[in-house]
Amino acid sequence: MVEHDRGELNEISLQALTFGRGLAERLDVPLDAVVVGEAGRVLVGSLGPFGVSTVHLAAHERLDDYAPIAWGRSVAELVSSLGPEAVLAAGTDRGNEVMAHAAAMSSLPMAANVVAAEPGDPWLVTRVRWGGSLLEEARVHGAAKLLTVAPHVVRADETTPSQPEVVEFAPALTDGDLLVRVVDRVAAETGKVALPTARVVVGGGRGVGSAEGFVVLEELAELLGAAVGCSRVVTSLGWRPHTDQVGQTGTRIAPDLYIACGISGAIQHMVGAKAAKKILAINMDRDAPIMVQADYAVIGDLHAVLPAVVQELRKAGGA
Amino acid sequence: MNVLVCVKRVPVTGGRITLTPDEREIDTKFLGFTVSPHEECAVEEAVRIVEAGGGSSTVLTLGTPESEEQLRDALAIGIAEAILLETGGAEWDPGATAAAIAETVRDRGFDLLLFGNEAADTGDYQVAVRVAHLLGVPCVTGVKRLEVRDGAALALREAAGGWEVFELPLPAVVSVKEGINLPRYPSMPGRLRAKKKDIERLAPEPPAAELEMVRLRLPEAADKQVEVIGEGPDAAPRVVEMLREIGVVS
Repeated sequence: MVEHDRGELNEISLQALTFGRGLAERLDVPLDAVVVGEAGRVLVGSLGPFGVSTVHLAAHERLDDYAPIAWGRSVAELVSSLGPEAVLAAGTDRGNEVMAHAAAMSSLPMAANVVAAEPGDPWLVTRVRWGGSLLEEARVHGAAKLLTVAPHVVRADETTPSQPEVVEFAPALTDGDLLVRVVDRVAAETGKVALPTARVVVGGGRGVGSAEGFVVLEELAELLGAAVGCSRVVTSLGWRPHTDQVGQTGTRIAPDLYIACGISGAIQHMVGAKAAKKILAINMDRDAPIMVQADYAVIGDLHAVLPAVVQELRKAGGA
Repeated sequence: MNVLVCVKRVPVTGGRITLTPDEREIDTKFLGFTVSPHEECAVEEAVRIVEAGGGSSTVLTLGTPESEEQLRDALAIGIAEAILLETGGAEWDPGATAAAIAETVRDRGFDLLLFGNEAADTGDYQVAVRVAHLLGVPCVTGVKRLEVRDGAALALREAAGGWEVFELPLPAVVSVKEGINLPRYPSMPGRLRAKKKDIERLAPEPPAAELEMVRLRLPEAADKQVEVIGEGPDAAPRVVEMLREIGVVS
């Protein structure tokens, strides 16, 4: 299932496609894609480089925006009409939601956030538990295997491009299937760098000390074009809104650099920053758990270190 | 308004996780227990909805007899009733869990069934959705703002660039995420009241697992060698140099 929002591709889907292509090659079957909604037609061309042979386009006049149950119905219909070995989606909010609906409708098991899959009877999968701090090996029974692929486990890799054939189908949607749909949108604060897609994230933990203490993190973030994040304790104390929280129950980030300031490095926080390419820890405690998870470290009080870094950056920038 | 909230007992894992010798469980010898942050917020949301609009709230869990502790935690902050679906201790897969919950609540007239978006431990992302289908009611997941009025719910969730708004008629299933509210701490009278409350105990039959856990294992440690690039404010020039090396600043 290729995820999109009114025609805009969710790139994590390409990781799921790459994962699916590996399985299709091993099983010697073609790799098909399902795109729900006419707005998704624009994506067909961009799926060719990922080895998709057929795109099944669920077209229905009432599928004009995201509707989780209707999307699940579209996938469930293909499960019964095509009898695929497996159906995959990205382990995102929408991916997990749509696949859960499809699984419930098809009376099939579903394994969320899979990192490896071994076809057989039954299939053997390895999946993420505890947000990534534990792995589970599990058998998946049932005719078709419904899996979501944990984000950032495989890289989206292109292959010999193909020209996918488009097969349109009209899912039999009931009023009940269309009851739940996006009826409105509220824009986020403008001008802020979005946490999930930021190239650089400056994060603060208990060590920041107060809500006001984040001013210096904001300052650094502005110079670097970065987003500001925080740990769970910071949102629990009311210093930052929950939308800034990085971790198992907050946002998963995947920046080039994560600057973790006054963050001890509890696993629930670090699983949210796992996809960061580099981590710089600024911490007074050289024995903090974050020190074995970071690439670079500065030992010291963040309220002394960060102003000095800000000053140095301004100097270097000629400002 | 008759609200149900479902929770799951899980160990508090702050630091290192250790597994039992059979590799099927976390070794909890030295650990306390809790519910996931999402579920703490679901419990708080249930209490607030009933405080604001009247009605009754019920907390339900499927788990070992010790899960009574998590039910009493919910009672202590203001949930009125509790149901414990007792298991022998073996883990139930999400399909079986959903079936047992749906069977139990089917004829109890709940208007709103709240869940956490995913359990902290198994992270299956599907029990709420499966319960909705078994009961034939609409469902939305990952909700971080919820308004209930006149037999309908307005549910908002975070999406790229802002919030998505869903509207659903009640009865409905809603799974929530941490951040929807800031849960309160239980009061002393609340704790005392919770201690004395009766808990309804049922023992559903364990069905065969379709998603069958074989074993758990710890991911390989990244084995990173941290490079200490300085101490205190004197480290600033070296930090900026590093930012250049990795291409974060030009």
